[in-house]
Amino acid sequence: MKSFRYVRAHSVEEATAAHAGRPSSRYLGGGTNLVDLMKLGVESPRAVIDISALPLDSVEELRDGSVRVGATVRNSDLAAHPLVRERYPVLSQALLSGASGQLRNMATTGGNLLQRTRCPYFQDLAMPCNKRAPGSGCGARDGIHRDHAVLGHSRQCIATHPSDMAVALAALDAQVELYGARGRRTVPAAEFHRLPGERPDVDTEITHGELITGVLLPSATAGLPCAYRKARDRASYAFALASVAVVLSVEESVVREVRIAFGGLAHRPWRALRAERELLGGPPSGEAFRRAVDTELAEAEPLRDNSFKVPLARNLACDVLGRLAASPTGS
Amino acid sequence: MGTEVFHSEVPLTVNGEPRRPTVDHRSTLLDVLREQLGLTGAKKGCDHGQCGACTVLVDGRRANSCLLLAVAHEGADITTVEGLRSADGEGRHPVQRAFLERDAFQCGYCTPGQICSAVGALAEAEAGHPSHVTEPGTAIGSPAELTRDEIRERLSGNLCRCGAYPHIVEAVEDVIR
Ligand SMILES: Cc1cc2nc3c(=O)[nH]c(=O)nc-3n(C[C@H](O)[C@H](O)[C@H](O)COP(=O)(O)OP(=O)(O)OC[C@H]3O[C@@H](n4cnc5c(N)ncnc54)[C@H](O)[C@@H]3O)c2cc1C
Ligand code: SF4
Ligand code: FES
Ligand code: FES
Repeated sequence: MKSFRYVRAHSVEEATAAHAGRPSSRYLGGGTNLVDLMKLGVESPRAVIDISALPLDSVEELRDGSVRVGATVRNSDLAAHPLVRERYPVLSQALLSGASGQLRNMATTGGNLLQRTRCPYFQDLAMPCNKRAPGSGCGARDGIHRDHAVLGHSRQCIATHPSDMAVALAALDAQVELYGARGRRTVPAAEFHRLPGERPDVDTEITHGELITGVLLPSATAGLPCAYRKARDRASYAFALASVAVVLSVEESVVREVRIAFGGLAHRPWRALRAERELLGGPPSGEAFRRAVDTELAEAEPLRDNSFKVPLARNLACDVLGRLAASPTGS
Repeated sequence: MGTEVFHSEVPLTVNGEPRRPTVDHRSTLLDVLREQLGLTGAKKGCDHGQCGACTVLVDGRRANSCLLLAVAHEGADITTVEGLRSADGEGRHPVQRAFLERDAFQCGYCTPGQICSAVGALAEAEAGHPSHVTEPGTAIGSPAELTRDEIRERLSGNLCRCGAYPHIVEAVEDVIR
């Protein structure tokens, strides 16, 4: 690991000023991804700006009924927060399905959104990887890619985004709040992560030096029936092969609201907008769910070794939709 | 840039005692505990957050010390397996006693991490934190009931290469009974 300066920031302004104009600076949240990547040599910042002491560590209800989550709230505290468990259980479930108790105690909301892919070629400096070293090629495309993307990938990169939390945020129509040289702005969580295209080195819409200050959970999705389900190689403590977050509201046998986001399938949480459009205003039947989800997944382009993800994701989504249609907690 | 500083003195409390190691910014809390403070209870298994052998309590919460930069923990209150005590401060912590009584290990390499993790998990359950296997709709705010499935899920961040899991779960069950 290369030597670095360490700066502890006490305000958002101090943090962004310390970062400004230094391309090799990194913010430190819980460090569970950054420190790991520094050990591997994938990251080698000259300055580490610790933002864990910023006053962004609370979950609060705003006057319009939305809930604001500070960027340094720990994943475990967010999952256990009464406002989240009551109004946005899909978020609590997604968080609790990720990593381990120890890691969730350290991991922050901001860091979770910005964690890098778990593609083994990305983490190994001896391997080609367009995301880590643009132009070097993609080791995974003809290599080991069972865990990789089936939707929205490019010739350049087939990686997936590993966050479970981000999938729930996309389904809840959450907003990501940013602060930087351009001032304050918000980006919809479902559009915060990018597809790889020709620039797989760029994961998200954040610009260099910008700070995530928080996440806004809208009142529009508060209290709606919702659930998260994740399929993985072992029962706990493993990344998703495929996962789904669903928000579904049914009245008088008609689908009034539906939001579906997939994890583990693409370079970003995949909002199934086509399936949602097909289901809105129609019957909440197993048949309708299957048809809509199949329409969405028809554009999947599986690789040599990961075509199993398409039926897996389809079954997960149909199961959760069916259970939510039958009971609001989906249990 | 000759004035750049890559070391810092970091005052913190370890097992109840104030310490002031001067740390290289690159050092993890695990390395400082083991190499500089002589506390070799916390183990280095994977060094990447994947095994839990390095688990310690930071301000009472369990964390993987291999992924914590020591410099970022100024003022923290750290408890390692060496610092665990019974409530009266005299003997072993109930989790330590239960691990001995149940033979909850073979080689013992993962044990300090398992024990610190169990202590942290019990506090989380007491504070009403849910887990992945907690039924949706469970009462919010009251302590979580630790069934066998709950214990297994809450300790899944601690791997045991000897496969002592059944006795580890029984040891934790003994503590809550
Ligand atoms: C063994 C293991 C298993 C895991 N399993 C899962 C899993 O199943 N599901 C899952 O979702 N995740 C999993 N994770 C990943 C874990 O959730 C992330 O490492 C964690 O959420 C990152 O948060 P952090 O605060 O530690 O980020 P950090 O490591 O501190 O930061 C990550 C990145 O974000 C930047 N950053 C941090 N905060 C901000 C901010 N506020 N503004 C701007 N930039 C910021 C940092 O500079 C860095 O580039 C696992 C991790 C490990 C080690
Ligand atoms: S899939 Fe993306 S991250 Fe993985 S090797 Fe290819 S370019 Fe790199
Ligand atoms: S040594 Fe820290 S988790 Fe393995
Ligand atoms: S007792 Fe040997 S690794 Fe757990």
